[in-house]
Amino acid sequence: MSDLHAHSVAYVRESMLDQQPPPATETGVVKWMRSNLFSTIPNAILTLLALWALWSLLSGVAPWLLNGIWTAPSLSACREILDGATGGCFSVLTERWNQLLFGFQYPSELYWRPTLAFVLLFVAIAPVLFFNTFPRRMLIFTAIYPFLAYWLIWGGSILVPLLAAVGLVAGYFVYARFVAQSFAMGFFGGIVAAFVVWWITGFLPVEGILALTPVESRNMGGFMLNLILGSVCVSLSIPFGIALALGRQSRMPIIKWICVVFIEFIRGVPLITLLFVANVVLAYFLPPGTNFDLILRVIIMITMFASAYIAEVIRGGLAALPKGQYEAADSLGLDYPQAMRLIILPQALKISIPGIVNVAVGLFKDTTLVSVISMFDLVGMIRGPILASTEWNGVYWELLGFAALLFFVTCYGISQYSQWLERQLNTDRR
Amino acid sequence: MNKSVILGTLTVAALSAGMASAQTVSDVQDRGTMNCGVTTGLVGFAAPDANGEWSGFDVAVCRAVAAAVLGDPSAVEFVPTTGKTRFTALASGEIDLLARNTTWTFTRDVDLKFEFVGINYYDGQGFMIPKELGVSSARELGGATVCIQTGTTTELNLADYFRKNNMEYTPVPIETNAEAQQQYLAGACDVYTTDASGLAATRAAFETPSDHVILPEIISKEPLGPLVRHGDNEWGDIARWTLNALIAAEEYGITSANIDELKEGTDSPEINRILGTEGNLGEMLGLDNEWAYRAIKANGNYGEIFAKNIGESTPIGLSRGLNAQWTDGGLMYAPPFR
Repeated sequence: MSDLHAHSVAYVRESMLDQQPPPATETGVVKWMRSNLFSTIPNAILTLLALWALWSLLSGVAPWLLNGIWTAPSLSACREILDGATGGCFSVLTERWNQLLFGFQYPSELYWRPTLAFVLLFVAIAPVLFFNTFPRRMLIFTAIYPFLAYWLIWGGSILVPLLAAVGLVAGYFVYARFVAQSFAMGFFGGIVAAFVVWWITGFLPVEGILALTPVESRNMGGFMLNLILGSVCVSLSIPFGIALALGRQSRMPIIKWICVVFIEFIRGVPLITLLFVANVVLAYFLPPGTNFDLILRVIIMITMFASAYIAEVIRGGLAALPKGQYEAADSLGLDYPQAMRLIILPQALKISIPGIVNVAVGLFKDTTLVSVISMFDLVGMIRGPILASTEWNGVYWELLGFAALLFFVTCYGISQYSQWLERQLNTDRR
Repeated sequence: MNKSVILGTLTVAALSAGMASAQTVSDVQDRGTMNCGVTTGLVGFAAPDANGEWSGFDVAVCRAVAAAVLGDPSAVEFVPTTGKTRFTALASGEIDLLARNTTWTFTRDVDLKFEFVGINYYDGQGFMIPKELGVSSARELGGATVCIQTGTTTELNLADYFRKNNMEYTPVPIETNAEAQQQYLAGACDVYTTDASGLAATRAAFETPSDHVILPEIISKEPLGPLVRHGDNEWGDIARWTLNALIAAEEYGITSANIDELKEGTDSPEINRILGTEGNLGEMLGLDNEWAYRAIKANGNYGEIFAKNIGESTPIGLSRGLNAQWTDGGLMYAPPFR
């Protein structure tokens, strides 16, 4: 058979062909474009349309960015230099950057203080955010940080934040002493103890001891104010939110109803109304001349607002836990705080992360609302003093674009972190 | 600390609110600074510069009063207020004087319990229109589309004016001045109407301001002036007569340049009384006799303040118009210093 075969067939290949590269249309860029951009005729049309849209956008924006003027002293000078050509007037940023970041009243020779506080913020939150990477001992600095930052930004005697810390420590000791008997007793006892300490130490003379130049609250402004409000309110509202969420599930009717009424009332009122209350209505109750710090009033209002939302997010997390988890905790003989701390909350909080981050990002952007109660945050600075100066009246895109950039960087950072965190904690059943 | 303060003050508040302000002068003098409410920023009227120093037409009034009372035009704590927070800030005692281009109306004076101490700027609603449309009078605006801020008195004034003159118009409602500027430049409306000073400031920010004209007709009365709380007449008198001193100084030719020379003594008894070289007007106010000298020296007289902040040589370029001295056909008329 083999002989016959050899003679009856004209050609027999005796060696393997070398591997050939795939055809040009099935490889590399071309293949990618064919499969992703031009796979069908409608897709090809959409691609071309998108390209055209991109081109027209870029051809508008690119000259505006590249031709930008960075050194002119005023808008009219900008226009003179441009002489009809397209170009942004970014000199407003180079001239007023300090006002955009720190407000127009913060003394310029003290800018290092909030800057240092900002840098230290990262040191302080690093062990909280990246708990696996950094040593746990760094948490001590995290605990000190709020008082240190207050001292750096507001100045004044170091005793003021120190005594505030003493009050908190006293509250903690009372809590630790009574929590074994009853959680509620420890919790409220701690709060009362802290207030008592604050009230007593309020009589101490604190002037001038280790004092930095004091800066008043009304002199704070710019992006610094947004960051202060955002970071303080988010970090305060998470513990308050947890307490409210647990309170709402409590079997004790009074605590339960207090929490329900608080949450529902705050969620039913717009934030801007609360801000007006903080600014305007409270002023009627205080005697003339007393100036109960405006930033403190605003922080209290925003924190109340955010904790009501966070409480509901966490309640969602608690509700998502199977009943077996609670029963398992009970069957191990754990009491309420232990069960919460060791079993329920770690799981509930993990489920709640996307919701909490959502509230945090929204809250951070909501801090710009304070511009309507004549506080000069980033947006307030732009809308008020800068656009009202004769030099820069009429510069909108450059200023608001800069504000958008700052907010985008911060919010995108938060959102990326939360996605990383979800992957880190992803031990679960999904 | 602060918390203990609130609890106590909540109870005291009701008691002390009634006697809030009988002694603003001594409060200000004890404090060493005057709290003056201004806008959060209005071109030419009040705005901080790159160094955070406030300047402007309204700011000058604050500085003059501070100079009269405290002897130092820089002893002013500027409290920026919005249109919504300004009256509460004044009523609650957070500020001593409100100089925030506020229109003097019956209800604000009587119902809100404030005391307008005078008028430092006579404003009124006007129209701005591109020059190429060739309109020279508001009476030729029949059939125009008009950009107008919603929810303001300008809306009502406009409707009244067009009805009175039997003309039709199409309103384009907009929210803020910034939006109006964009809409108007984009051609969404033929005419933009708001207060004349605002129109001038808006026009100043245009790329080619000379392509737009502000029509001569003013269709409403907007007298703007500084105000204080009811019930403290000593303080009100100081603010009122400081403003009058600035206006009178222009009338009698007292400027920041020649004031030191005139203070040596002149033949004019009125000037001498203002500058304190004759009579004891200052004592009657509870101040010393050089109060008006210091107030005028701080920023110059009314005319100088006007020229420096919003006058024709500035980008805003407002002409004196109604705000000229009565001797020049305007409405600025200070009562005699006697």
